Amino acid sequence: MATTGTPTDITQGTPTRGGIGESTLRPDGTLKVTGEFAYSSDMWHEDMLWGHTLRSTVAHAEIRSIDTAEALATPGVYAVLTHDDLPTGVKRYGLEFQDTPVLAHGKVRHHGEPVALVAADHPETARRAAAKIRIDYAELPVVTDEASATADGAPLIHENRDDHHAGHVPHPNIVHRQPIVRGDADAAAGRADVIVSGEYVFGMQDQAFLGPESGLAVPGEDGGVDLYVATQWLHSDLRQIAPVLGLPEDKVRMTLSGVGGAFGGREDLSMQIHACLLALRTGKPVKIVYNRFESFFGHVHRHPAKLWYEHGATKDGKLTHMKCRIVLDGGAYASASPAVVGNASSLSVGPYVVDDVDIEALALYTNNPPCGAMRGFGAVQACFAYEAQMDKLAARLDMDPVEFRRLNAMEQGTLLPTGQRVDSPAPVAELLRRVKARPMPPERQWLTAGEAADVRALPGGLSNTTHGEGVVRGVGYAVGIKNVGFSEGFDDYSTARVRMEVVGGEPVVTVHTAMAEVGQGGVTVHAQIARTELGVAQVTIQPADTRVGSAGSTSASRQTYVTGGAVKNTCEHVRERVLEIGRAKFGTYHPAWATAELLLESGKVVTDGGEVLADLADVLEGESVDLELEWRHRPTEPFDLRTGQGDGHVQYSFAAHRAVVEVDTELGLVKVIELAVAQDVGKALNPLSVLGQIQGGTTQGLGVAVMEEIIVDPKTAKVRNPSFTDYLIPTILDTPTIPVDVLELADEHAPYGLRGVGEAPTLSSTPAVLAAIRDATGLELNRTPVRPEHLTGT
Amino acid sequence: MRVNFTVNGRPQEADDVWEGESLLYVLRERMGLPGSKNACEQGECGSCTVRLDGVPVCACLVAAGQAEGRDVVTVEGLADYAKHRADAHPGADSAQLSPIQEAFIDAGAVQCGFCTPGLLIAADEMLERNPSPSDADIREALSGNLCRCTGYEKILDAVRLAAARQSEAV
Ligand code: FES
Ligand code: FES
Repeated sequence: MATTGTPTDITQGTPTRGGIGESTLRPDGTLKVTGEFAYSSDMWHEDMLWGHTLRSTVAHAEIRSIDTAEALATPGVYAVLTHDDLPTGVKRYGLEFQDTPVLAHGKVRHHGEPVALVAADHPETARRAAAKIRIDYAELPVVTDEASATADGAPLIHENRDDHHAGHVPHPNIVHRQPIVRGDADAAAGRADVIVSGEYVFGMQDQAFLGPESGLAVPGEDGGVDLYVATQWLHSDLRQIAPVLGLPEDKVRMTLSGVGGAFGGREDLSMQIHACLLALRTGKPVKIVYNRFESFFGHVHRHPAKLWYEHGATKDGKLTHMKCRIVLDGGAYASASPAVVGNASSLSVGPYVVDDVDIEALALYTNNPPCGAMRGFGAVQACFAYEAQMDKLAARLDMDPVEFRRLNAMEQGTLLPTGQRVDSPAPVAELLRRVKARPMPPERQWLTAGEAADVRALPGGLSNTTHGEGVVRGVGYAVGIKNVGFSEGFDDYSTARVRMEVVGGEPVVTVHTAMAEVGQGGVTVHAQIARTELGVAQVTIQPADTRVGSAGSTSASRQTYVTGGAVKNTCEHVRERVLEIGRAKFGTYHPAWATAELLLESGKVVTDGGEVLADLADVLEGESVDLELEWRHRPTEPFDLRTGQGDGHVQYSFAAHRAVVEVDTELGLVKVIELAVAQDVGKALNPLSVLGQIQGGTTQGLGVAVMEEIIVDPKTAKVRNPSFTDYLIPTILDTPTIPVDVLELADEHAPYGLRGVGEAPTLSSTPAVLAAIRDATGLELNRTPVRPEHLTGT
Repeated sequence: MRVNFTVNGRPQEADDVWEGESLLYVLRERMGLPGSKNACEQGECGSCTVRLDGVPVCACLVAAGQAEGRDVVTVEGLADYAKHRADAHPGADSAQLSPIQEAFIDAGAVQCGFCTPGLLIAADEMLERNPSPSDADIREALSGNLCRCTGYEKILDAVRLAAARQSEAV
């Protein structure tokens, strides 16, 4: 009864057509609708074992002892591992700091931290055996917020820090701190006619990708291991896994298996090392699949944040200055916290012109769940606060909130607080104009002529809580700025291998990258790029694995830019090689081979005047071209640690939202009626995928506005709602229509002029919904998510 | 224990099933049918939706023993299932994929695709009951199926498209 042994080869998928700019369909579409596409939790191997992770039941404790004897004696159990069983001296890993133990050692620092591993012949056997492991914890006081983390005598989460930020942070429980000072905010405040300030709270959001953390490790005959896993960056995983296993990187062979969404939650390792350890110990393939409960502990979350903001403006509506302080809770391990701090600080001013700023952002170490990457990465929290501030200022000045924003909107040429000039189109005012100009959805849609109210269209929906009596409508706007790609001097490159040959008389192209396809559609776009550049109909995309160079991460809205750029660049070199071969073979027959600009189109070599010189099949007969090249975008530089100055970012993307909501003021229930978006994508390589990204991102922003929050008990630092029963993500009933208006203002520095798309729509969606709820209710509302009690005062 | 039931029209038998095993586990891990997905195993997300004697259920909430002697349709059998339905109403065309599967591909309703199998089963059953659903009907019928990627707009498009194509075909 074998199922799937290895990841799906999408070269077996739907043949697709179309070059860039077309809504080409996904090559893996058919496999995904028939159930044949193999996700990481579908991996299977004959004779495989199931791995299970035992996790800490307390948030902060010394581990006095671990007794595994009874677990190990359980029939069906093949191995039980703790920290002491790790094979080498490398026992920690991490994205930026190696501060995360593979298995807890001496101490646990957060609720749900992995402590021990079991491999058994049935998942239930593994679970029951793990329950027999006895751990003696001596609980320690928990640190849960800034006050408790930096108090005199506060317990240190990591006692002996040796990371590169340890030397400059004001307290060892601060992971990283980035101030940005430009101009003179105090002096500028003197010119302000109105000053508004506010304190905002952003709750802890979860990526809640549907495909749970999972994968299969198969021990190799050479002492190495093959790992099939869902991840966002194969090579980053590899760099962290191999040293712990004590293996050279070429003995850890990683292949991407089907990924059921990611949104940042798969940037950090979860079960990768654990499965490999169990496989190498038992000599058998080991599969680990988290259930939803465990998934809430298996990945980092979005940083919850507290934000203090002050803005001033003149009577005629010009911003004078901005001061802010952003405190992000990084939880027990650093993960991506330093980079999140960099983004939160450098983008804290939003898409506005403010010359005089005083900014500070920092991330804490606490005993709360570790936080790291999630769609929007530091920019989301700031956007929530600065957009609330814009509305406050507009109200104080008695101005229209959109007009006020447009007066202050940045444009091409504006300097960011970091001193970096925005050197590509920044159509902030235009995006706002577009969402505002869109016709309003009809009022009172629940009223159907002559019939009873359709409760499905009302707040509370099928729960039938109102027939519209206490329902009021509100409208809100927001706009945001997100950086694209990895910043602050990171060498953010990608690699693509492209092969062109003749098969069955036809020129065909194969593209091989290590890009993690997590649902965003990179596999579609790479084929489109290859078709456009090389003029062939048939392009196959190889499964992503570590036999090709790194593609970098599928995050930061960067993959189409960077790996798309790598595919384009390699194709251009392949084209040159093909033309050289053509010149050598046929150059003597036609002078245009030497003199004209030559293109590859529809399987032929043509001149830029459209004259056909040869069939590609004839040029490549008996030969093939196969190149693997790295590609880099423009370099960036780190921010100065005291002033925050530096050209830290590669590119920006912008989106604006208009939210229309209806609120049942009696019960405090919210129904979002419409969430209109306008976004500049530079160039839509695949318009259908672009819409999918914008609508999906918008919905995640809606979720955090009205329902999504991981609730951590402030006394015990334990997670209270690790389930889809208690952590709510929007259903199709909670999600409104999302009309999208796409602008394509090319960025001349980017491949095809494109702009990363995935994250920007997540930023402005949340503050737009909040603004609309404020508009409907007249309440101040300074935290996400808004809950009924905030609306009814109960 | 041993469990016998029909899956996608074929009699199946599973041995040594633990009492606690769900129908989902037996389908995925014992019968080689991983199409039904395991996103929550709590009945909250709908990724595991199958039809049990025609009725959509969360396979993660059905104990394997409860399926004894019954009829299960999973996403792997959806195309065949829809074809039989179409054959019973001559005139409808019988492509390799069911109309709802085609529509999900064409409308761009598949991103990561993890929610897709469950949504397809739920949507197909709704269209069987209600061939020309309003948007509110579609939203109501699919409200038990979470999708984290799409924002649902393209899923609505897909169901509308399948409904329109089916009505043209009749
Ligand atoms: S896996 Fe069954 S409802 Fe989620
Ligand atoms: S497409 Fe990813 S969960 Fe729906």
